[in-house]
Amino acid sequence: MGLLNRLDNPYEGGGIVLGTVEDLLNWGRSKSNWYLHFGLACCAIEFMAMNASHFDFMRFGTIPRTSPRQADFIMVTGTVTLKMAERIKILYEQMAEPKYVISVGSCSNCGGPYWEHGYHVLKGVDKIIPVDVYIPGCPPRPEAFEEGMIQLQKKISQQAIFNKRKKLAAEDKNQ
Amino acid sequence: MGTNDIFDILKTEFGDYILEYKDQQPVDPYILVNPDQLFDICHTLRDKEEFQFDYLMSLSGMDLGEKLGVVYHLYSMNHKHKVVLKVSVPKEDPKVPSVERIWRSADWHEREAYDLMGIHFEGHHNLIRILCPYDWEGHPLRKDYQAPEFYHGMEVS
Repeated sequence: MGLLNRLDNPYEGGGIVLGTVEDLLNWGRSKSNWYLHFGLACCAIEFMAMNASHFDFMRFGTIPRTSPRQADFIMVTGTVTLKMAERIKILYEQMAEPKYVISVGSCSNCGGPYWEHGYHVLKGVDKIIPVDVYIPGCPPRPEAFEEGMIQLQKKISQQAIFNKRKKLAAEDKNQ
Repeated sequence: MGTNDIFDILKTEFGDYILEYKDQQPVDPYILVNPDQLFDICHTLRDKEEFQFDYLMSLSGMDLGEKLGVVYHLYSMNHKHKVVLKVSVPKEDPKVPSVERIWRSADWHEREAYDLMGIHFEGHHNLIRILCPYDWEGHPLRKDYQAPEFYHGMEVS
């Protein structure tokens, strides 16, 4: 009942929360990500299950967009053929910064079953666009999608916004 | 109507253009025909009262080593019978008459066979690649196909 009591008086403690602006912005960015869904093969079927009520992907604050201009990250789900690779590159370039990429499934991670003899398959989508999170599996379970989304949120929430170059230089010195 | 009956009727009508009838169990019996008269043969198969093959179930290309082949699986909705037609053409000059005007479903099938096997279907209204990119070189499902190293700067294998 402690929680309910607190709801009666939400400003208990003066309503002051101490923190940095950067944390606040990163918190907002990481918890409200719109994605460009790029379903290419059977991973996209799993992704539909992920979007449906059982796993409810939208509780991560994501909304599927059909236009790259409105998307924060792109989910490449499936086999990237050479024909499609050029289109993916164009779509990625059309997205507004900051942008992220989640690569889903063995095919888009490294070529999957076509890793050696597929004349028509790109051996990993990271050969044309930078990937932030890889989700393994063939296809991955919806739980793996959730884990991937959590990893992306973690990555975004740790990013530097202010004095980015200074921080990166300091990190380089520390390493 | 069995394939051997169809073979007999076609043989009386087209003579030497109907090459042979083969029945090797467990595969379907088939009729090998000469590609020169293929269009007329298919037209007869579709329109003749006792055949009425109104459904082209599948059209596939084959690489037979020295030759290329095309296989037609036909079915009749009225008579509930089916037949398999085969043609083979030399690899240097693989030209087969298009049956796209007889069965419209042959349109994309022939484009696929052209794309992956390099069989030229004469009379097709739009014989362009269907799966590979338009500027792809070679026909990937041929047995002597060598994949390129790069495509538009992307490593192929």
